Amino acid sequence: MTTSLFGEPIERREDPRLLTGGGRFLDDLGRDALAAAFVRSPHAHARILDIDLSAAVDVEGLVAIYTWEDLPGGVGDPLPLLIPHPAMTHGRTGLPLARDVVRHVGEPIVMVVARDRYLAEDAAELIRVDYEPLPPVVGIENAAAAERLVHEDVPGNVGAHLVQEVGAAPAAIEAAPHVLEFRLDIERSASTPLEGRGVYARWDAADESLRVYSSTQTSTSVRMAVAARLGLPPGKVEVIAPDVGGGFGVKIVHPWPEEVLVPWAARLLDREIKWTEDRREHFVASAHERGQVQFVRVGFDDEGRLLGLDVRILHDHGAYTPYGIIVPIITSTQLLGPYKPGAYRVEFTSLYTNTVIVTPYRGAGRPQGVFCMERTMDRIARHLGRDRAQVRAANFIQPEEFPYDQGLTFQDGRPLIYDSGDYPEMLRKTLALIGWDSFAELREAARSRGRRIGIGLGCYVEGTGVGPYEGGHVEVDTAGRVHVSTGLTSQGQGHQTVFAQIVAAELGVPIEDVYVTTGDTRRFGYAVGTFASRAAVMSGNAVALAARKVRDKALRIAGDALEADPGDLQITDGTVHVKGDATAAIPLRTVAVLANPLRYAFDAEAQRATQFAAPADPAAPPVAPGDEPGLEGRDYYSPVRSTFAAGMHAAVVETDPDTAEIRILRYAVVHDCGRMINPRIVEGQIHGGVAQGIGGALYERMAYDPAGQLLNASFMDFLMPYATEIPRIETDHLETPSPLNPLGIKGAGEAGVIPVSAVLAAAIEDAEGIRVDAMPISPDDLFHLRLRAGTDPSLRL
Amino acid sequence: MKPPAFAYHAPDTLGAALAALAEAGDGGKVLAGGQSLVPLLNMRLAAPAELVDINRITALDTLEVTAGGVRVGALARHSRVERSDAAAGVQPLLRRALENVAHPVIRNRGTVVGSLAHADPAAELPAVLALLDGTVEVRSATGRRTVPAGAFFTGPLESALLPGELAVSAFFPALPPRTGTAFRELSRRHGDYALAGVAVTVGLDEDLRVATARAGYLGVAATPVVLDLTGPALAAQEGRPAGECDWAEVGGYAAARLDPEPDIHASAEYRRTLAGVLTERALRAAAAEGGRSDS
Repeated sequence: MTTSLFGEPIERREDPRLLTGGGRFLDDLGRDALAAAFVRSPHAHARILDIDLSAAVDVEGLVAIYTWEDLPGGVGDPLPLLIPHPAMTHGRTGLPLARDVVRHVGEPIVMVVARDRYLAEDAAELIRVDYEPLPPVVGIENAAAAERLVHEDVPGNVGAHLVQEVGAAPAAIEAAPHVLEFRLDIERSASTPLEGRGVYARWDAADESLRVYSSTQTSTSVRMAVAARLGLPPGKVEVIAPDVGGGFGVKIVHPWPEEVLVPWAARLLDREIKWTEDRREHFVASAHERGQVQFVRVGFDDEGRLLGLDVRILHDHGAYTPYGIIVPIITSTQLLGPYKPGAYRVEFTSLYTNTVIVTPYRGAGRPQGVFCMERTMDRIARHLGRDRAQVRAANFIQPEEFPYDQGLTFQDGRPLIYDSGDYPEMLRKTLALIGWDSFAELREAARSRGRRIGIGLGCYVEGTGVGPYEGGHVEVDTAGRVHVSTGLTSQGQGHQTVFAQIVAAELGVPIEDVYVTTGDTRRFGYAVGTFASRAAVMSGNAVALAARKVRDKALRIAGDALEADPGDLQITDGTVHVKGDATAAIPLRTVAVLANPLRYAFDAEAQRATQFAAPADPAAPPVAPGDEPGLEGRDYYSPVRSTFAAGMHAAVVETDPDTAEIRILRYAVVHDCGRMINPRIVEGQIHGGVAQGIGGALYERMAYDPAGQLLNASFMDFLMPYATEIPRIETDHLETPSPLNPLGIKGAGEAGVIPVSAVLAAAIEDAEGIRVDAMPISPDDLFHLRLRAGTDPSLRL
Repeated sequence: MKPPAFAYHAPDTLGAALAALAEAGDGGKVLAGGQSLVPLLNMRLAAPAELVDINRITALDTLEVTAGGVRVGALARHSRVERSDAAAGVQPLLRRALENVAHPVIRNRGTVVGSLAHADPAAELPAVLALLDGTVEVRSATGRRTVPAGAFFTGPLESALLPGELAVSAFFPALPPRTGTAFRELSRRHGDYALAGVAVTVGLDEDLRVATARAGYLGVAATPVVLDLTGPALAAQEGRPAGECDWAEVGGYAAARLDPEPDIHASAEYRRTLAGVLTERALRAAAAEGGRSDS
C-alpha cells in the first residue's frame, strides 16, 4: 500500500455503493413521514383573488393545508437575497407561498400535507384558486422593452445594472484599424440533476430540536437559514445532506420555499414531513440559467490583437433574484478568458421576466462569456483572413506575465488576478491533439465527396475555489481509523476518494483506513458549500492542513513514547517510526490512545493511557497547557482570492447537407487545474461537463410560449442528451500549480461545460460557411439558417 | 406526479378481462406494457376509473408467423417480436421499425399491440401497420371484429377501439416476392419519437424495374399517412433499372403531399423537407434490396 496517493488515478471509492443501489438519497429516508405537495401557479403572471379549500378538506388522509395567511412572521417573510450587491438596486425575492401576485408558472401558493403523496396531490387538485391574469413578460427583448412590468415597483424591469471598465474602450475602438459589431444570443438551459430537490424534517418536541435532511449543496447554510426563520438556536437544528443525486448549481440556492415550510410544518404538527420534488416541479419551480443577449463592438489591429472591446449584455433573471447578480458578474469578468483585451468596457442589465428564476448552473455565466469572446475571436480571424488559432495566440497573456491583473472585480469581490497558467503551451497541445494544422485538407477531401465537416476551437479561464473559507477535521481513533470531515456537501464528485487521498498522503496511512464525511452539520458546523469548482481547492487544502496538525501531534507523542526527536520520525502505513529504523515504531492507533490521558480503561489497549500505566512527570498536568486530548486536528483554508484554472477545447463536426443533422466526430480537451489530486476524477468531471455542454449547445432549451408556459417541462421534451449523443472525449492535461494554496490545486468541476457552445458553433460555422450567432442549434435551426443564408449573403462567411 | 385513485383488475383470462372492461365501460383502460399509459397516469393527463391489467393473461403472449404474415398477440413485447428471425423473414419491416422504438429496456416492457392501441401518430408501428394494410383483431364481451389499419387510427392517440373492447392481436401481412423494404426516421436523441419517419416497400417486376412503391409516414399528421408512390416512381424511372431511378424526385413528390404540424422540436417546413429526404433514402435502399431478394 503506497502512501504517496496524491496524484494517483485510483478508482472512486464511493462507486461500488452508488452503482449497486446502496445510495441513500432523500426519498430513501422517512418512509413513514407525511408527504407534502404544493398547489403551484398555472399562470406566468396573475393576481390571486381567492383560494377555496372547501373541496379539498374532505380528502381522506389530509392532515393540513397552509396558505400564506397561515404563516407566522419569519416563516412568511420574503426569501432572502443571498448575495447583495450595490448594483442590485431592485432586488426582489419571492415569498415561501405567494400572497397576492404570482410571477411565474410553478410559483407555490398552497402547501398540502397528507398521509402520502398520492393523497396530497388529490387534495391539491381539489383546491380552487381564482386568478386575475396579468400580462406576462416573456423573453429578454420584451423585458427590455418594458411595456409590461414583472414587479410594479421595478421600473424598466431592471433589477441591476453594472458597468466595469478598464481603459477607454469606446475611444480605443474608434481609433482601431478594424472594427466589428454584432449581436449574439444564448438560450436558457438548466442544471436538471437526476435527483430533484427534497426536504425531510423531524421535530423532537422534548428536546426542542429539529433535524432536517435536504438534497442541498450547502447544509450549513440551510441550517443557519432554517434556524433564523423558525427562531431556533442553530445548536438545535441539524441539517444533513444525504447522498445527493447531482446539484450542478440549482441546489446551492437556499432556503428554497420548501426548505422553510417543511421544517416549519413538521414542528407545528409534531410529525415527520417529507417533500420530494417531482420532475415537472423541478422544471417550473426550481431554477434555470444561461439566457443572454450580447451586443459586441470590437476594435483590433492587422494581427488580430484586441485594442478595445465593448460588450453590452442583457441578462434574463427570471421572476426573482435570490442569488443576486453572480451569473452576469461572472459572464462579464470571465468573458476575457486567456486574453489581454486592450481596453475593455462591459455593461450588463439584469432583467426580470415572468419565468423561473435564473441562478448559477455549472459554468455559472462563463459559457455565455466564453461564447461571446470566442465568437469574437473567430469573427476577427475571418475578417482578417487569418488562422483562428493564431489570432487567439496573438492575444494570450504570456507565462511570464503572471500574476496577471485584469483590472476588474470578480464574483468574490476581489480583484480579478490570474495566479498562474501557460496558455501558449496549452494551445500547442490542443492543436496537436485535434490535428488542427492538417484539417484543411480533410475538410476539402470530405467536401469533394459531398460531406461537410468543420473544426472549432474555444479557450477559457475559470476562476475557481472562491472563498470565504472551508474547514476540515481529522481524527485518528484508537482502532487506527482516520475520520475526516468537512462541512461542504457532496453530489457525486468523488469527495470520499480525493479527500481520503489527501489525508492518507499527508498522514502516511493506508487509504482504506480513511473515512470521509461531508455535509453533515453534526460533524462539522462551519462551511460554505459545494459550488464554483471550489470543493477540492477549499476543503482539500483544509483537510490537508488539519492532517498536518494531526501528524505533528502524532510525531510529538510518539517521540515521547519512543524517546526520539519528533524530527527523526516519520509515518508509514499508519505506523510512526524512526527514519531508517522500522523496529523503533509505534502504531498510530496506540498514539491515539496515548493522546487521550484516561482515568478509566475501557479496553486492554486503553490501559496504556491510564494513570498508573507509565511513568509521567508528576509536576506536569496530564494535558499540557495549550494542548487538547485526542489525536485530532481542525484547520481552515481561507484564500486571499480565487485561483484560475484554464482549458481549451476543439471539435470536429459533420453536418448533413440534406437533413441538417449535426454530428460530433471528435471532441478534444486540454485542461489545466494545477496539481491533480486524481486524474481519473478530473477526467470524469471533464466528461460530465462536456456532456452537459453538448446538451446546452445542441439539444436543451426552455421552450416558453408567449404566455409564459414552459412547453417542454419533462424529460420527453427537454432534450437532455443520452450517452448515445456524447462522443468519445479525448483529453490531455497541463499542470501549472497554483501559488495560492498549499496543495497547488485549482478547481475542475465546471470546466468541461464552459466552452462547448462556442466550440460547436465555430465547428458548425466552419462546416457550413454560414455564421452561427445563436446557440443552441438544432437541425431545424440549421435548416432555417441555410434558407436565410441563401437569400442574405451577409450571413455567409 | 402520482396518479389519482383507480380500481385495479388483474384477470388471468381473456374472458375475465373482457368482462371487467365491459363493466368499466367508458372509465376502463387496458394496461399492457405501461410505457405510455403509466406516465400519463402519473402526470394526471389520463385518469381512468378502472385499470384492467392484462399482464397475467399468458394466452395473449403470442407470436404466430405463417407464410401469409405475422400475427402478434396483445401481450407480445416489442423485444420478442424484434428478435424473432421468423417474423423478420416474413415481414422485415417489423424488426426495422422496432429497432427505432425507444430503448431496449422500454422494448422489454412495451407491447406491439399496445403501441397500436395507443395510436401515437409519431410512433413507428402504426405507420408500418397502415403501410402494410394490416389489421387489428378486436374482442369484447359481446363479440369480435377485425379492423383494417386504414380504419383503426382515427386521430392523435385515438383509435377505433370502443369502450369495453380489447385489441387482442394485430396482423402484419407478409411481403410479396421481389419486394424490398426500408425504414428511416430522424429523432433528436437516440430512441426519441421521430421528427419524421417513413416505412417503404418497393416491388420490382421480373426485369427488376419498379412495379410498386408505397410509403407509410409517422410524425407528419394526426394519424399515419400512406402514400402510393408507384406513379411517380415509374415516371422517375423512365424505363431504367430501379437502381438508377431518380429517387430524389419521388421524395420531393411525396414531401409536397405531406402537411406536417410544427411543434417545439421542428417546424412544419423542416419536417416536410425531412420526410422527403427520408423517403428518397428509404426508397433507394428498398429498391436495392428488392433487386437482391430476387437472386
